[in-house]
Amino acid sequence: MRNSTQDPRHAQANREALISLAVYALYFIWWYACAYMLGQGDPDSYDYVLGLPAWFFYSCIAGYPLITVLLWLALRLGFRNMPLDARPEDAAGNGPHPEEERRG
Amino acid sequence: MDEQFWILVPVAAYLALSFAVALWAQRRAARPASSRGFIEDYFIGGRSMGGFVLAMSIIASYASASSFVGGPGVAYALGLSWVLLAMIQVPTAFLTLGVLGKRFAIMARRTGAVTITDFLRARYGSEAVVLLCSMALLVFFMAAMLAQFIGGARLFQAVTGYPYMAGLALFGISVVLYTAVGGFRAVAITDAVQGVVMVAASVVVLLAVVHAGGGMEQCVQKLKAIDPGLITPTGPGNAVPQPFILSFWILVGLGILGLPQTAQKCMGYKDSRSMHDAMLMGTLIIGFMLLCAHLSGTLGRAVLPDLPSGDLAMPTLIVRLLPPFWAGVFIAGPLAAIMSTVDSMLLLASAAIVKDLYLHYRHQGDPARMTPESLRRMSLASTAAVGLLVFLAAIQPPDLLVWINLFAFGGLEAVFLWPIILGLYWKGANAGGAVASILAGVGVFFFLSIVKPPLGGLHAIVPTLVISGLAFLVGAKLSRPAPAKAVRMLRSGGEHGSGR
Repeated sequence: MRNSTQDPRHAQANREALISLAVYALYFIWWYACAYMLGQGDPDSYDYVLGLPAWFFYSCIAGYPLITVLLWLALRLGFRNMPLDARPEDAAGNGPHPEEERRG
Repeated sequence: MDEQFWILVPVAAYLALSFAVALWAQRRAARPASSRGFIEDYFIGGRSMGGFVLAMSIIASYASASSFVGGPGVAYALGLSWVLLAMIQVPTAFLTLGVLGKRFAIMARRTGAVTITDFLRARYGSEAVVLLCSMALLVFFMAAMLAQFIGGARLFQAVTGYPYMAGLALFGISVVLYTAVGGFRAVAITDAVQGVVMVAASVVVLLAVVHAGGGMEQCVQKLKAIDPGLITPTGPGNAVPQPFILSFWILVGLGILGLPQTAQKCMGYKDSRSMHDAMLMGTLIIGFMLLCAHLSGTLGRAVLPDLPSGDLAMPTLIVRLLPPFWAGVFIAGPLAAIMSTVDSMLLLASAAIVKDLYLHYRHQGDPARMTPESLRRMSLASTAAVGLLVFLAAIQPPDLLVWINLFAFGGLEAVFLWPIILGLYWKGANAGGAVASILAGVGVFFFLSIVKPPLGGLHAIVPTLVISGLAFLVGAKLSRPAPAKAVRMLRSGGEHGSGR
C-alpha cells in the first residue's frame, strides 16, 4: 500500500487512528441507540434503573465506562509501543534502525 | 470569623498550591544551555509528560467555565437532555490522542515543532498559512481567555459575596504569574492538580444535591412533576431536537481535533506508553466529571425549582447546600477549570508572538541568534503581557471581544481542523488548499452565525466544516503542490524518503 522507504511507524499510527475512530463510532451508536430508542414515547411509560430513566442510565451512566473497557481492549490488541524520536540515522547518518517498531 | 472568610480559605490554599507547583517545576527544569533547548522546555516542557499528567492536561485545557457553570446551568433549564448532550464530549481525550497523537509526536520530534503553527509552517512552507493561523489564534484565544476571566470573577462574586474586582485580581494575577514563571511544565503539573480538584468538586456537589433532594428516585420524579420534558432525551417542548444535538458530535466531537490548545498536547508526552495510558484515564475521568457536574445542574431543579436563570443554578446550589468551607472547595473546581484553560492558551499565545512572529521575522526562525537568557526574558515578558492585557480587558469588558468569544470555539475549528488533519494524513495537502479552507471556513462560520439562515436545527459549524473541507480540496487542486521536501520530511522516514 505504501512505499517501503516510508517510515513504518506511520502505517501503524494510521491503523491506530482508524481504530480510535472505530471506537468513537461505536460510542456514538451506543449513545444514540440507548437514548432515542429507549427514550422515545411518553415519559409515563419509562422504565427506571436506580431511580433514573432507563434511556439515561444506559446511554449516559453505563455508556462511558463501557466505552472505556472497549478502549482498553483496543489499546491492548491494536496499539503498539514505538520509539517516537527521530531515527538514529537522522542524526548519525548511518546504521540500521534497531527495534524500530514492535515491542508491544 | 464570618462565612465569607471560610469560603476563601480553601480557595487561597489552592492558589498557593498552584504557585508552589509552578516554582517547583521551574526549579526542576535544568537551565538549558541552548536557545532551542529553552524553547523546547518553556513551551512544551521538554516533551516529558507521563500518562496521568497528559490525560489531566488535555482534560483541564478542554474543560472550561462552561463545563462547570454554563453547561450545568442549561442542564438546569433543559433537564436530562442536556446531560445527554454533555456526554458527547466523553471521547475528547482518546479521539485527540488516538487520531493525532503518534503522528504529531513523531513529526514534532523530527522537526523540533513545539506548537501547531510550527507543524503548519513545516508542512505547508507558506507564510500566508502561518500568518493567518497565528492571527486567528491570537484573536480567538484573547477573546476566549477574556470570557473565562469574566466568568470566573462573576462566579467568585456570586459565591463569596466579595466584589468582582477582588475575584478577578485574585485568580487572574495568579494564573498569569504561574504560567509566565513556570512555562509549560508548570501548566502541565498545575493542570493535573486542577483536574483532581475539578473531579472532587463535581462529586461533592452532586452528592449534596441528591442528598438534599431526598435521593435519586425522588429527584427524578419531582422533575417529572415539574415538566415531563425534563426527563426525556429531547427536552421540554422538544427544545433539544435531533439535528441540533447531532451537530454537537461535530462541534464538540470530531471538531475538537482542530483545537490548537488540546492538539498541541500531542507533541508533549514522553513515550507511546504514556499516550496509551492517557487515552484510557482521560476518557474515564472526563466522563465522570461531565456526568457529575451536569447531572447536578439537572437534579438541582428538583431542589431549588424557581431560580430566575440557569446560570445561577450552580452558584446558588453551592451556597445553599454546602457549608462555607466546602463551598470554597467547590468554587475552587470551576476556578481550576478556568485557570487551566487560560494557562494553556496564554502559553500558546505567547509562543505565537515570540516564536512564530518575532523569532521568525526578526531572526529568520533561528533561536540560536538570541542568547538563552534574553529569549527567556522575552518569553516570560510576552506571556505576562498577554495575560495582563486580558486581565485589564476583563475589568471593563470591551463589547467586541465578548462578541468574538461567541465564535471562538467554532472559529478555531474552522481555521485549524482541515489544515491539521489533511496536513497529517493527505500528501496532496498544500498551502493553496489550506489558505482556501481557512478563509472559507471563517467566512462561512461568521456569516452563518450572524445572519442565522434556517438550517433545519443544524449548528452553523456543520455546514462550515463541510464547505471549508471542500474549499481545501478545490484550493489544493488549483494551486502548486507543497514543497516536496516538507511533505517528505513529515511523511516518510527522514532523508532516505526520496523514493516516494
